[in-house]
Parts: sequence; structure tokens; C-alpha cells
Amino acid sequence: MKTYIPPRFKVERDQERCIKCQVCVNQCSFSVHSYDAEVDEVFSREENCVGCHRCVIFCPTHALNICKTPLDYRENANWRPEIIEDIIRQAESGGVLLTGMGNDKPYKVYWDHLVVNASQVTNPSIDPLREPMELRTYLGRKPERVELERGGLKLKTKVAPQLTIEAPIMFSALSYGAVSLNVHESLARAASEFGTLFNTGEGGLHRKLYKYGKNTIVQVASGRYGVHSEYLDVAAAVEIKIGQGAKPGIGGHLPGEKVSAEVSATRMIPAGTDALSPAPHHDIYSIEDLSQLIYALKEATNYTKPIIVKIAAVHNSAAIASGMVRAGADIIALDGIRGSTGAAPKIIRDNVGIPIELAIAAVDTRLRQEGIRHQASLVAAGGIRCAADVVKAVALGADAVYIGTAALIALGCTVCQQCHTGKCAWGICTTDLSLTKRINPDIGTERLVNLLRGWSHEIKDMLGGMGVNALESLRGNRLHLRAVGLSEKEMEILGVRHAGD
Amino acid sequence: MPEINVSTADMLSLDARGLHYKELNARLREAVAEGATDIELRNVFGQRYIGTDLDKPVNIHIYGTPGNDLGAFMDGPRIVVHGNAQDGCGNTMNEGEIVIHGHAGDILGLSARGGRIFVREDVGYRVGIHMKEYQGKRPLVVVGGTAQDFLGEYMAGGVLVVLGLTLKEGEAHRASYIGTGMHGGVIYLRGQVQPYQLGKEVGVAELGEADRGVLEEAVGQFCAHFGYDAGEILKTPFSKLFPLYLRPYGRLYAY
Repeated sequence: MKTYIPPRFKVERDQERCIKCQVCVNQCSFSVHSYDAEVDEVFSREENCVGCHRCVIFCPTHALNICKTPLDYRENANWRPEIIEDIIRQAESGGVLLTGMGNDKPYKVYWDHLVVNASQVTNPSIDPLREPMELRTYLGRKPERVELERGGLKLKTKVAPQLTIEAPIMFSALSYGAVSLNVHESLARAASEFGTLFNTGEGGLHRKLYKYGKNTIVQVASGRYGVHSEYLDVAAAVEIKIGQGAKPGIGGHLPGEKVSAEVSATRMIPAGTDALSPAPHHDIYSIEDLSQLIYALKEATNYTKPIIVKIAAVHNSAAIASGMVRAGADIIALDGIRGSTGAAPKIIRDNVGIPIELAIAAVDTRLRQEGIRHQASLVAAGGIRCAADVVKAVALGADAVYIGTAALIALGCTVCQQCHTGKCAWGICTTDLSLTKRINPDIGTERLVNLLRGWSHEIKDMLGGMGVNALESLRGNRLHLRAVGLSEKEMEILGVRHAGD
Repeated sequence: MPEINVSTADMLSLDARGLHYKELNARLREAVAEGATDIELRNVFGQRYIGTDLDKPVNIHIYGTPGNDLGAFMDGPRIVVHGNAQDGCGNTMNEGEIVIHGHAGDILGLSARGGRIFVREDVGYRVGIHMKEYQGKRPLVVVGGTAQDFLGEYMAGGVLVVLGLTLKEGEAHRASYIGTGMHGGVIYLRGQVQPYQLGKEVGVAELGEADRGVLEEAVGQFCAHFGYDAGEILKTPFSKLFPLYLRPYGRLYAY
């Protein structure tokens, strides 16, 4: 069938600069560039271009530029080009539209409507370059009160297992099979070097990475792929994945093409078979059932590790979170509507869930009202883009954040949203061995550690400016935030006052 | 059915009466760490997760009714239940054996990747759901009686045998949605089911020679546990239920 979808991007090749070295031909995994030896010329099939910039970055003579194709439909605020082309694609395929990465729709980003306070005159700001500044964070169930041994500094109270991280930033769940082993290794090594944790996602943990177990959160999702006693034993914490911000309420299908020999060994399923994750866990139909799985995992790990429960942020998150804490979750992870994915139906990604900012505030408020906030730590995910977002998330009530997209961008991702095709030209979201080698774990580790270091400095700067020398003093301290351009209701939910108030 | 006499001099006996599961399982862990290989648990009343964190080939005899998630994530032990089991038995099991001299509840063998489960009588809903197999691991579940709806749902591997021994003469299985979403593994069903009872991803076939071999082995083991006559059971014809498509959702998406 002839497709009615026009090319999205225009490939501009400066013929004077082009030396016909064919780097672009070799770098493009979407078959845009091709070299014709007969006429000694490089041609471009623009309809294949996804705008990932791989060729632009690697062109040695800067002969290439990719820009949006100037083709316009007649202006229409309702029937926008994306909507028209989605319909065309479905008319030509009859399928569910898949996409990758997070929601790209212009929902309000509340981070951009929150500003942070600073000390002026009445209390001194702190210079983090010369004064101690505490970002270390402990995640896990906290005791009601702490008792010390008589005459000493030894704790009498038995504290539940805690995770210790050097900054309130962890790497979000990215499953092996969706991303490559080199990406997993980069994340694991960066977490280990910096002193934080990475999360396996639901595709198991490759044996090569067991040595980073102390910095690993292993996930147990509805498919239970690669879940066995050694996997649980090697990790620092176990996360039960109920939902994901990019696709709340639905399961996942890893297509057989991506189940390579190594992925097969890690997921413990035959190579080439589809890995289907059911929408629900079939042993969880209620809070009581969730409690049952939480304690099954506590039994399986002999109460030595915190159990995290991750949900997508949805309308009733506050009430659900209360149930999760009462069910025994030591850490709650909330993933907002801008959370990313390796593959999700576009219609779900773009329309289901709520923004993480509102969810953090609602959950934190609810747990405080019920007097159970100390019983679980709160980790926020889904659209954390910079150090300021981390600071604002902590001020709204989060104990720490997960970053996924930001970490992938550090590795080279340009958010071209083609993860679901398995053809990632940057070698990130693919299991094609000719592509996965594009991520060098040594360099990947360095880039990720650099990112964490940069953000940590910035967080310290912002804390110092507020006159605060420990992240703990900012946690849930919403007086440090003010809203700009939000409605009464939005401010009520966020628990912040308007700027100037 | 004759009660199997298991008491021997080497058997460690634990009275579970009034013990919370956490305490019971801690004692089990301790006993196994100290080298106990044969343990009997008396007066079990609904304690959960028995056998979960014991990765040694220990034998455990349970008298009473173990609670949910019996043998969840289990990796090696052999458990005999002299009574009924509840829900979630063998959840995500990797290796080991569970023999139940009675009924069992819902989602028996959920996501199991290995091991064997034998149930003398009936089982609940969604039994064998999302069972898998991998290399040498191929979980086996044999149910002596009948099952409720969604038997073998989402099944990705393993062998599920339902013998229908608790059905009366001429009585058919009542489960519906059998094998819904099935994309691997095989179900051998003794007795009658109508096509409407099967998921749309399921095919029906007569048994081939290889099937016969697998089935005879499974029924043989079942009969050895519960004292039935395998020859008698195998006289009645079985249906083989298999996945029609290995990738049922392969054409669902537009890229």
C-alpha cells in the first residue's frame, strides 16, 4: 500500500563539504543514507529519517543538517498534523500505534511554575564550596522513635533495612532487552562509582552485573522474568512493579525479535519468543494481596532488604499509597504521566495518568495526615529534567527521585521516540549487536557520573542559597516553594503559596 | 487413601500451632541451616510462604492447611501437604516438588519456571497461569480433579495435566476460558470440554507419540504419589490443548 505519510524531516547535505566517506551511511540504522558507487554520490531517503541526529554528530566535515520538513497542512487547531498522520498510519496498518519515550504533549509542567526561595539578610545563605552540605539520603521504613543504649551512641531501636545513596537521585527502571547490556553496565557502574542505585527493570539482571548488586534494585513485575532466588539475594532492594507512568494499567510485550540469546538467558525464556507481561499481577487483586507479595519477597530475602512498590501516578494515588504503606511497602515509587518507556501504545502514553508534581504533593500530604509518612520513603519519577526539578520534588515531599530519560540523554539519546523499533542508532534501546557496541560502558559510566556530580553541586548550591545545609531540612518543606501562574486549586493540591504571598 | 507414615528417627518435628508465619519460617530456615533434611510440620493453620527461602533439597511434610504462597519463589525443597493447600501455591517456583493430598486454590503454579506440583483433587481459578519453560526447566502441574476458569491462561511453557478424577460418570469439566492468551506449553486434559470453553488462542489435537511419553510419565508420577492405577487412568482418551500461535499479539501493533 502506498503510504500517505510525508517525510517528517529534511536531510540537507552540503555537497561542497561532503567527502563521501559514508560515515552517515554506516551510522544510520534507519536506512536513510545510501552510497551509489557508480555515480560516486550519497543519497538520502528522507521518509526514513527519525531526526535522531546520529549522522549529523558523526559527519566529520559537518556536511549534514536535519531539519523539520517545511511541508504544511492547512492550519487547523483541531486536526493537527500528528493527529492526521496517526489516522493515516492506522488506516494503513490496522494496529495499535506504538511509540517510545515519555509523553510529548504540552500538559502543564508544574516544575516550570514553581520557584525556589533564597536567604536574604534575615538568615545567612551557606556556601557549599566551603561548608559541609549533606545530600546523603536513607530510603526505607523509619522507626516511630529512636532509643539509644544507656550511656552510648549505639542504637537500641532495631531499624528496618535502609538504602544509602549519596544524592537523592537513582536511575529509573530500564529493562535489559529494552535497553542493551552496555547501557545496563554503564548504569550499574555509574551507580556504584557515585554511590547510588540503578534499577534492573523487569528483564532480569545479567550475571556479568551481579558484582554491582549492592547498587542494584531488582524488579519483580507481572511477567516475573528472570526472578529467582539468586537474583533477589544479590540486590540491595526489590521493587514490585505495579505500574509505569508511560503506560498505567497495561502490561508490556517485548517482541521476540529483541529476545536474543543473552536476553533469553537473563529473562529465562527461550530466545525469539515474545515476553508478555500481563497487565495485572495475577496474585494481586487488592491491597491485601499486595501485602502478600511484599511479605513473600521479605520472606524470600529474609527481611534483609527494603521492598519498593512502584505505581503509576493516577487519580487515586494518595489513597492507594496509603494502602501500599499499610501493606508493608518500605519505599513507594511514583511514576508520573511524563515517565518514559521503551515501548507503549501512544494512546495510553499520551492520555493516561497525572503529572508527578501533583502526585508527590497529594501522596505526601495524605501520608502525613494519616501519621504514616515515616513508615515509607517516597521516590518520584517521570519527567525529572534537572537539579532544580530534584530540589522542587524534595520540597514537595519526595525523599529521592528516579531519572530515566535524563540518564539516557547523558548516554547519547536525543529523544527521537523510536525506542519501540529496536533500531536505536545511538545503540541504547536495541539488542542489535552491531548497534549496542556504540555504547562504550567506560565512557557511558563517565558521562553518567558527570551528570550526577553536576546535579549534586547544583542541588547543594540551591540548598546553600536557602540557608539549608542538609537535604533533610528541605524534605516536604513547601514553604521554600512559591507558585507562579497557578490557580487556587493547583496551589491547594501542591500545598504552596503564590509568589509574592 | 492410605495415610503415608513418614515418621522416622531423622525427622525433625515442629509444632506450628499458634506460630506466626514469620516465626515458623524463621525456625524452618534455622533448622535447614543446621542440616535438617526431613522436617514435619504439625498443626499448620494457614501460615504463609512455607518453603520460600529454603534453597536446599529438604523434605517437608505439612499436616494441616498451609496458607497462601506455599513454596513461592521456591528453589529446591520437596513439600508434601497432608491436607489442602490455599492460593498461590508454587508462585514463581524455580525448582522443587509440591505434593498435595487434597485440594488447592487459585493461581497454582503462577509464573513457575521449573519444578513439579501434584494435586490429588480439584484446583481453583487461573491455575498454571503464565507458566514458563527455559532450557532444561519445564514445570509440570498434575491436577487429579478438575479446575475452575482460566486454566493455563497466558501459558508460555510447561506441562499442565488435568485428570478429572473427581468428576462423576458423564460429567464434563466446567472451566471456561481455558488457555486464554496461551503462547507456549501444553495442556493434557482427560474428559470432556466443549469448544466454547477454550480460549481463542487454543488448538485441540489428539496425542502423538511424544505426547504419550510425557503424559505417561506425568500420570505415572501422580499415581505413585497418590496410589492410583496409571493404566486405568490412561485408558480414557485425553485431549491435547496447544497454542495456535506462538506470538498471539505479534500483529497487534503498528510501527
